[in-house]
Amino acid sequence: MADTKSLSERRQAYWRDNIRIMAWLMAVWFIVSYGCGILLVEPLNTISLGGYKLGFWMAQQGSIYVFVILIFVYVRLMNQLDEKHGFAEAQEPSAASSETEPESKEDA
Amino acid sequence: MDVKTWTYLIVGITFVAYIGIAIWSKAKSTKEFYVAGGGVSPIANGMATAADWMSAASFISMAGLIAFSGYGGSVFLMGWTGGYVLLALLLAPYLRKYGKFTVPEFIGERFYSKTARVVAVACLIIISVTYVIGQMKGVGVAFSRFLETDYNTGLFIGMGIVFFYAVLGGMKGITYTQIIQYVVLIFAYTVPAVFISLQLTGNPIPQLGLGGDVADGTPLLTKLDQVVTDLGFGEYTTSVMGSKLNMFAYTLSLMIGTAGLPHVIIRFFTVPKVSDARLSAGWALVFIAILYTTAPAVAAMARFNLSETIQTGQIGSTEGNLEYKNRPEWFQNWEKTGLLGFEDKNGDNRIQYYNDQNEAFAPKAEEYGWKGNEMTTVDKDIIVLANPEIAKLPGWVIALVVAGGLAAALSTAAGLLLAISSAISHDLLKGILKPEISEKDELNASRVAMVGAIILAGYFGLNPPDFAAGTVAIAFGLAASSIFPVLMLGIFSKRMNRQGAVAGMIAGLGITLLYVFQHKGIMFIPGTSFLGGMKENWFLGITPNAFGAVGAIVNFVVAFAVSSNTDAPPEEAVELVERIRTPGD
Repeated sequence: MADTKSLSERRQAYWRDNIRIMAWLMAVWFIVSYGCGILLVEPLNTISLGGYKLGFWMAQQGSIYVFVILIFVYVRLMNQLDEKHGFAEAQEPSAASSETEPESKEDA
Repeated sequence: MDVKTWTYLIVGITFVAYIGIAIWSKAKSTKEFYVAGGGVSPIANGMATAADWMSAASFISMAGLIAFSGYGGSVFLMGWTGGYVLLALLLAPYLRKYGKFTVPEFIGERFYSKTARVVAVACLIIISVTYVIGQMKGVGVAFSRFLETDYNTGLFIGMGIVFFYAVLGGMKGITYTQIIQYVVLIFAYTVPAVFISLQLTGNPIPQLGLGGDVADGTPLLTKLDQVVTDLGFGEYTTSVMGSKLNMFAYTLSLMIGTAGLPHVIIRFFTVPKVSDARLSAGWALVFIAILYTTAPAVAAMARFNLSETIQTGQIGSTEGNLEYKNRPEWFQNWEKTGLLGFEDKNGDNRIQYYNDQNEAFAPKAEEYGWKGNEMTTVDKDIIVLANPEIAKLPGWVIALVVAGGLAAALSTAAGLLLAISSAISHDLLKGILKPEISEKDELNASRVAMVGAIILAGYFGLNPPDFAAGTVAIAFGLAASSIFPVLMLGIFSKRMNRQGAVAGMIAGLGITLLYVFQHKGIMFIPGTSFLGGMKENWFLGITPNAFGAVGAIVNFVVAFAVSSNTDAPPEEAVELVERIRTPGD
């Protein structure tokens, strides 16, 4: 459980950490899509990845895989943050697990 | 069995399942009707969200759009998936913590303003109604083409099915049907893709097949680039859409538009906890990504197959082009619908499909004796629908694709109808007009509102307004320029007040509507576009469809300017922001 700090102090600390996590993840979000997929697509296209040009692959495949991984990383980091600042929610009786850490399974 | 029997059978089975669920999952309280009781598991909600989100446009049109725009089509792939990152990080957990039923309700309470709530309801209804028209039309078309009923009959059957499970079950019924609909649509999308990938590249996984080699050992994409540039088209893997700036703005508009669509946001009200809302967004994107990473493979392979079908041999030699009388059966079938059109311009009884707008290619075409592109119509929508036929797949696969298209359209329509009915019964009636209404009456009112919304959608489906084609621009533009910014400000700025929020929404909405109307006609009436669709008048070369991002920026700027010059928000609003920012109690 949380220490003796007041609710408003804990909220502020939580929010600061949250903004930092968000900023990092949003930077990745921006770099893979707008960066690799649009702005830097020509230089990346000079590199080939199997039968793909890398820039084209980032725009039509890679960015989507990264988005999926990003959200699951966010889930994990935020669950840790909830715990750290004492904001974790009570477990539901339905054993809803927030611990599972599935990898993306796009190859259906 | 022939294709038609298969189609009746598979579509029939899925419809029986939808009705069965409706009877089993009747909503008994407003909480069940609006948010399925709030007890949906994150994976189940993720699946339902995926079906809710992926409409007839994702299922039928997107691969075709990509097939004919190549790299430029990436805006749809990145835009419609990247929005979920925004939703997960910026909106879903906080709105779930807020813990009530609708998007306008949050806006009204956070900005302590009935005006803000009414403006939000208006935006929500415009977005959802324009969006639902397209779905109803999709249902009618699918029925008339594959089950050979008439368009109106198809539409009425579709309305009847949605009526049954959405009105009875509310969000609860919709959630369970959407899960089934997801399974149907993803199966229908991936099965033909796997077969086609296997045929072309020997790799059963379309995502890998797209990077694989064709029979002669060259990579598929290299070969495709060569095939299309030889016929004067732009190189597949590098053709941009408009300009880089336009692609940037378009992608951004689609991302924030996606995150601002009310029918998607309310799905996150159905999970038990804040942490579930985050997880659920992740699962939703997994389920969406399965289709969205398959789509570019379908697109490139279909484009390749189409070109190879027509340009059978060396370019320029007479024998290199397919003789019209030898055209395959699927070609003939689609010609009947008018979605594929051929005109023998040079009278050689053979088909020439090339880019006759390319001046550099014109001398070559003349040398070959070609008198213009003879494939006068190639509707992008046939790419997914004709794919199984082009790849000579069995009848049941074609039937499955029809059932998948219907599932995509119906699941999205139901989600939209719920968003509309809850905005009317919960926000307008309970929230503003008649706060003392009992829960039972509100539940009845929401059912009546749902019936009204279905009839309205059906009416527009029967009498498609001229502006149907421009509705995507409006729906995403409005969601991006009004709903998304106001929600984000409500969560991330404690200082944002009523005046700022309302002024921002109206400014964002106003400028987006103005831009779309000035280029596409007022209410899309032809001839009223006072600046015309001409590129010269586009602001920085941004197409009207891509303008939502600019609208959002205007919204943010106006909101900050107005709020910093007016009174700070009251204590309760600040306390609300504090409360929703953290999970737990």
